[in-house]
Amino acid sequence: MLRRFKLNPPKFILAILLMGFGAIAIYYLNQTKLIIAGSNYTSIAILASGLVFFMGIVIIVQMFENETLLAIVLLAPSVIAVAIFVYGFIGWSIRVSLSKWKGLLPDYTWAGISQYIYLFNDPRFRIDVRNTVIFTIGFIAGCLILGLGLAILLDQRLRGEAIFRGIFLFPMAISFIASGVVWSWLMNPATGNRITGINLIFHSLGLDFLISQWHSSPQPWGMVFTVMPAVWQLSGFTMALYLGGIRSISEDIREAARVDGATEIEIYRFVILPMLQPVTLSAVIILAHMSLKIFDLIVALGHKDLRLDVPGIYMWTTTFDGYNYAQGAAIGILMLVSVAILVVPYLVQNMRTETEL
Amino acid sequence: MTRRTANHTLFYLILIALAVFYLMPVYLLVLTGFKPINQVDLKTMWALPIGGLHIENFIAGYKQLAPNLFNSLVMVLPEAILSALLGSLNGYLLSKWKFPGSNLIFTLILFGMFIPYQSILIPLVKFMQYIKLYGDIPGLILVHIIYGIPITTLIFRNYYAGIGTELLEAARIDGASLMGLYRYILLPLSAPGFAVVIIWQFTQAWNEFLFAVILTNQSHWPVTVALNNLAGSQLVQWNVLMAATLLAALPTLLVYIFLGRFFLRGLMAGSLKG
Repeated sequence: MLRRFKLNPPKFILAILLMGFGAIAIYYLNQTKLIIAGSNYTSIAILASGLVFFMGIVIIVQMFENETLLAIVLLAPSVIAVAIFVYGFIGWSIRVSLSKWKGLLPDYTWAGISQYIYLFNDPRFRIDVRNTVIFTIGFIAGCLILGLGLAILLDQRLRGEAIFRGIFLFPMAISFIASGVVWSWLMNPATGNRITGINLIFHSLGLDFLISQWHSSPQPWGMVFTVMPAVWQLSGFTMALYLGGIRSISEDIREAARVDGATEIEIYRFVILPMLQPVTLSAVIILAHMSLKIFDLIVALGHKDLRLDVPGIYMWTTTFDGYNYAQGAAIGILMLVSVAILVVPYLVQNMRTETEL
Repeated sequence: MTRRTANHTLFYLILIALAVFYLMPVYLLVLTGFKPINQVDLKTMWALPIGGLHIENFIAGYKQLAPNLFNSLVMVLPEAILSALLGSLNGYLLSKWKFPGSNLIFTLILFGMFIPYQSILIPLVKFMQYIKLYGDIPGLILVHIIYGIPITTLIFRNYYAGIGTELLEAARIDGASLMGLYRYILLPLSAPGFAVVIIWQFTQAWNEFLFAVILTNQSHWPVTVALNNLAGSQLVQWNVLMAATLLAALPTLLVYIFLGRFFLRGLMAGSLKG
């Protein structure tokens, strides 16, 4: 749609200069190296030069006075980056997973779906799948129940609401690694003379029957306990989602229910909860996609303990410790499929409703 | 009225009990960090330090992590700022300049937010090695910016969607172009959006582990990788480890404490609710 082209000579010259400078810089950088403070910045400099070149293009496109075209051109770098780094790399990973690549040197010999067949029969991968299912169910259930409970409690307009909200939400700011390190001490399984952590609290309160092996318990219970730090971190987030949802429900609706003789509990049960369904859906999508790819928390908690193995760790060890690239890629792709099954319908639905608006 | 008071007392008791549970890990971190070496005993894990506060553990922890804290800082600051600029431009274009297929492009970009990074890790490593950005901080910055495009675009798109079109239309009539609208109308109104995105990207990149452990070598490890390594080694006493953990978590905790409102808004944007 190149309807009009309005030449603006000074701008045009600037554009040519920018493009020329960018191109020369890229050409020059390709033959040399740019080292600043011991780090290799050559590729970053090439990227920056590419950006200068791109600015020249943008200036020329502006002269076409077609702003849709300009919008597309300005979006292009991000779209291309995502196209390569997300979709291109997924395709490349799929190709690796169908190859015989094992060892440091790439080997793209076609092997069909043999890696996937192997994984489906692999005891370790089966444990990983079971662990992920346990973790996902426990994590989502824990976050939703605790999050909704906290939101309803805080909805009572108690004094100090902001303080409580802050306390429940802050673990979200901490990394899974830091959280895993602390919780591995809290959930210390030692008994007898070396008893410590939460077990020590139970012991001194006389609640010895609660003393647990935590994540070192026999499976599947060990995996169930890994949910605790995760729920500690994200139940506050779920609470915030629900609280936002509850607060957006008009007071008139509640008042109407009260006039009809509903008790406060009935109002929550029959009025507010059904209206929170979209919030629950959002929360489940976000929490589930986190738990399906859970990795760092388990690493920090279990230090690659095989009993607590999840696909993310299996992929890591098999690829970067065992150099079995084909298998690692297959695990990565299976993880992707599990997330895609969950997320794609949601994204498509989201897109459709937006297009209709 | 008495029933209401009784209810409130019950609610407070539950909330306080839960608050104690949520604060327990922090209590342990802070307390252990301030204990002198001779009071560090697993049996008195929960006891208060006797005879004043000591900071030896924090000094020892800092000595362990100082280079990594610095690496994280050098990585996170440019990453957050550049991400925000890119997200702002994308969000503007995708919310105010819809063209046929722009919703599809947005959805395709958004999918990148959800993918498990294990599914792109092998090509990523090979690609970073090929462009010689493997092992060092600049490469990690680039990777964080690119994989941050979906969330930053989403947050800004939602943010700009909330800015009425009247203002833009008025400026259009006055002859403002696409870039003019952005520079003179939207950008001056974008400060809250930038705050949300910068804080969000800062926290995400600071806390991130997978890219950091795979894409950097030991001398360039960010703090999460170094902390995980410290926790796995038998050489460090656990009181020092607790102090180090607190130090590693402190920047994002401070951001949360002082800028929590913005942090929360970033989370809400993540829920895809415009």
